[in-house]
Amino acid sequence: MNDRIKKLRTQSLSIKPSISTERAEFITEFYRNHDAANTSTPVRRALAFKYLMQNKEICINDGELIVGERGPKPKATPTYPEICLHSLEDLKIIDEREKVSFSVDEKTKEVYKNKIIPFWKGNSIRDRIFTEMNDDWKTAYEAGIFTEFQEQRAPGHTVLGDKIYKKGFLEIIQEINEKIDNLDFFNDPLALDKKEELTAMKIAAEALIIFAKRHSEKLYELAKNEIDFGKKLELEQLSEICKNVPAHKPKTFHESLQYYWFVHIGVISELNPWDSFNPGRLDQHLLPYYQKETAAGLLTKEKAIEYLQSFWIKFNNHPSPPKMGVTAKESNTYTDFALINLGGVKENGNDATNELTYLILDVIEEMRLLQPGSMVQISKKSPDHLLNRTLKILKTGFGQPSIFNTDAIIQELLRQGKSIEDARNGGASGCVETGAFGKEAYILTGYFNLPKILEITLNNGVDPRTQKNIGLETKQAKSFEELLDFFKKQLNYFADIKISGNNVIERIYGKYLPVPFLSILIDDCIKNGKDYNCGGAKYNTSYIQGVGIGSVSDELAALKFHVFENKKISYDEMMKVLKSNFENFDELRLDLLNNTPKYGNDDDYVDEITKKVFDIFYNAINGRPTSRGGKFRINLLPTTCHIYFGSVTGAMPDGRKAFTPLSEGISPVQGADTNGPTSVIKSASKIDHLKTGGTLLNQKFSPQLLKTESELNKLLHLIRSYFKMDGHHIQFNVITADTLRKAKKNPEQHKNLIVRVAGYSDYFNDLTKDLQDEIIRRTEHSDL
Amino acid sequence: MEGIIFNIQHYSIHDGPGIRTSVFFKGCPMNCWWCHNPESQNPLIEEFYKSNSTAKVKEKQIIGKKTTVDELYNEIIKDRIFYNESGGGVTFTGGEPLMQSEFLISILKKCKENGIHTALDTSGFSSENIFNSIIDLVDLFLYDIKFIDEYLHKKYTGVSNKQIIKNLKILSESKKEVFIRIPIIPKITETKENIKQIIDFLKEINILKNICLLAYHKISESKYERFNMNYKLKGIKPPSKERLNEIREYFSKAGFNVTIGG
Repeated sequence: MNDRIKKLRTQSLSIKPSISTERAEFITEFYRNHDAANTSTPVRRALAFKYLMQNKEICINDGELIVGERGPKPKATPTYPEICLHSLEDLKIIDEREKVSFSVDEKTKEVYKNKIIPFWKGNSIRDRIFTEMNDDWKTAYEAGIFTEFQEQRAPGHTVLGDKIYKKGFLEIIQEINEKIDNLDFFNDPLALDKKEELTAMKIAAEALIIFAKRHSEKLYELAKNEIDFGKKLELEQLSEICKNVPAHKPKTFHESLQYYWFVHIGVISELNPWDSFNPGRLDQHLLPYYQKETAAGLLTKEKAIEYLQSFWIKFNNHPSPPKMGVTAKESNTYTDFALINLGGVKENGNDATNELTYLILDVIEEMRLLQPGSMVQISKKSPDHLLNRTLKILKTGFGQPSIFNTDAIIQELLRQGKSIEDARNGGASGCVETGAFGKEAYILTGYFNLPKILEITLNNGVDPRTQKNIGLETKQAKSFEELLDFFKKQLNYFADIKISGNNVIERIYGKYLPVPFLSILIDDCIKNGKDYNCGGAKYNTSYIQGVGIGSVSDELAALKFHVFENKKISYDEMMKVLKSNFENFDELRLDLLNNTPKYGNDDDYVDEITKKVFDIFYNAINGRPTSRGGKFRINLLPTTCHIYFGSVTGAMPDGRKAFTPLSEGISPVQGADTNGPTSVIKSASKIDHLKTGGTLLNQKFSPQLLKTESELNKLLHLIRSYFKMDGHHIQFNVITADTLRKAKKNPEQHKNLIVRVAGYSDYFNDLTKDLQDEIIRRTEHSDL
Repeated sequence: MEGIIFNIQHYSIHDGPGIRTSVFFKGCPMNCWWCHNPESQNPLIEEFYKSNSTAKVKEKQIIGKKTTVDELYNEIIKDRIFYNESGGGVTFTGGEPLMQSEFLISILKKCKENGIHTALDTSGFSSENIFNSIIDLVDLFLYDIKFIDEYLHKKYTGVSNKQIIKNLKILSESKKEVFIRIPIIPKITETKENIKQIIDFLKEINILKNICLLAYHKISESKYERFNMNYKLKGIKPPSKERLNEIREYFSKAGFNVTIGG
């Protein structure tokens, strides 16, 4: 890494995230002064976006090769009061909380008190959502049966395709104009809505061109006053680039990155969509530029690396917007889940690995930054060399890149009705979510607490934590089959509540918070004249993410084994034991922990139960229609929600004590897998991955298992075997428990320790104590 | 027919090629001072109590369990997909698998019939008859050599090495794949003299080219405590990297392929 990058990287790492009122002030100002009763909602949103892009401060950091900041300076993070209005108390919490805090200065509080709060109080989307939700929904939400993704952040969950490399924004505007001109007001009853939406897209497109032009002007000014000749030249070049993109299609490697970055800033300034935004298949998109320019002698490998490194730093400058309450608990991290995809297959099905794939892997290894996240797609056609290179990075203890099965991703997408080309051009984003890049809105709507639903079932509809009657009264099961049936009824009941809420919330966003800027970028919003939030995309999917399948499997297995089959303990006694949180039942608890079939050991006794739970969850959700004209689907991932869901779930029959974490993703309960990684993989493979939109399997490996080339090669085969069995994704934490314990004791000495949490990496020091403990506990497969 | 095993280790990656499942047979006729599986020596099932001071309840640990050929085979084929993908298979180790020869032959046959690669980790201490009857059923031998000197062999392992050496000669004529494994125990097997004798002996049997040096480690010391057994190697330190490389050099110079560790 050269001095320039070193400096920028250090800067990015050392700045503490803060709250900036810049965006909130401009948006409020706009809404106050543009009481445009005759303006449609999409147009008004576009004008607000334009107002922001015209007026926000332009920040250019010394030496950077990619420009554009969402706030007035790196890590100055805006708020989005139209979605979620922070109270003064919220700001205090955000400022003072131990983890994932943002500094809030007095001026910010003043601005909030005098300008922002008075204007938005009672008028945010969050207010509207909680007003619209019925009591059943609210009760279940408060009990921790499910979470709601859109209560503080906008739907996003999408990835850019190859559009920006083919077209400049001026060309896109022209396309929009043609679309408007060709609207059929005679036959199309929605022609007016389309006209408004398309007009909004046009305004939003113009806004980004203005934003880039302002950068160009500022760079030109800086160049004028620069005395160092080299720097002057560089600033002038950058100024030219910002004149060209995004107005025109990119001519060079450098312009491509800058174009994407402007688009990225646009998306995350318009609203605060989940998973920020993502360039997706970067090694594919950039390859033609790289090859052409290096062949012509216009670009060296070193310079390409420098551009990429500068690009990487831009991601790291942008923490995810501050989250509160349940939303903070389910996704407790600064990471904003941009996930760069490498490898995979081309549109024609051939292996897509290329020289840039390896170059970008070098960048990832050297930069060692939290953001952007990265992943490698491995298909059966991918060379072993690619997997080997990936493992060598993982071996260093940095939780990136994660490893995905391209062949599974393609089959998942095909099953959902995507074309083979769209499937091959797709990948995974966020944590592990499958998507047709550039063409799909695949929106996560909330986590679903599977063990909690079992707890409610066992307690006849009552939540033992609050003593409230929140579920169905299903009585006491007399057989295991009956218990499963009751569980299914209870799960269906809560799935209906969750989905009924989703249907309302999706429409609230569609009606009140369209995203004309994001809509420009995703096919076929322009073609359909329809907003991204209204189902304008070519494909529309809404996900509900199951959490704790490992835990619920073990809990059911323990009941089947000890209560219904061996009758070691009666149902009533078991309920007493759980109520006492195993107080004075240590021996029984040991039996439940150690002498009971556990998921993750390739034991069909319990794995068959896992499959049944999966089917119950799948059948409750999959294929149901969404209000955006798409389908509900399931996936199995937790981010940090298994900690939150655990904290509301009492003691359970697998020996788990009350309010401790649940299993994460499709990983076994922490420490329950005693048979080694092949058994974990076999158990995990019994889940029908291809019916999901992503599963998450986390494996902790001690570095001793990865020392030699031969050991790495065996790990490579382990992964290939998992993918042969249709496994979707696997990730590794390569670190010793001992190191983690030391880090917990002496955080100061382990500032750079990054671990894989669940679908993303985070600084160990930024994790809550519970999560730290949980990561320490995760089985270490050591074979000393 | 039943055998007694005390562990099945999946994702075993240091006992032969590819991803393997190692099956640990209980019972060993020898009593090596450095044995890192002391719980494997007694051929019977044993009970211990885990001495964990933090637990309120003492946990019972049973070492060894009876298993039929079919049960064991069903456990082995669970990981077949990993064997196929990685060129792995099953490794029978122990204890000394040849001590339960009938059971070993049955399970080896079953694996061979189903195309699973078999490896046998053995001290070679068995009758010629038994040894001859298993040779065709094993794809790869991991064959331990500790001493050439019979007196030292008796002293540190409890048995003579005459039959071991004889069996190795038989093996060398069979053209089977063999890895010679030599435990490097400071001051005991790592002496200059012993290493030289081993090299000279192996040179004679010139088919055997692959050598694995298994460095002594102290990890098993706590096992002796746990199982209330006397640890004779207290105070012995693992060999240094330099010393291991030195020994590796001796073998390399003599024309062997040497790896350190499994």
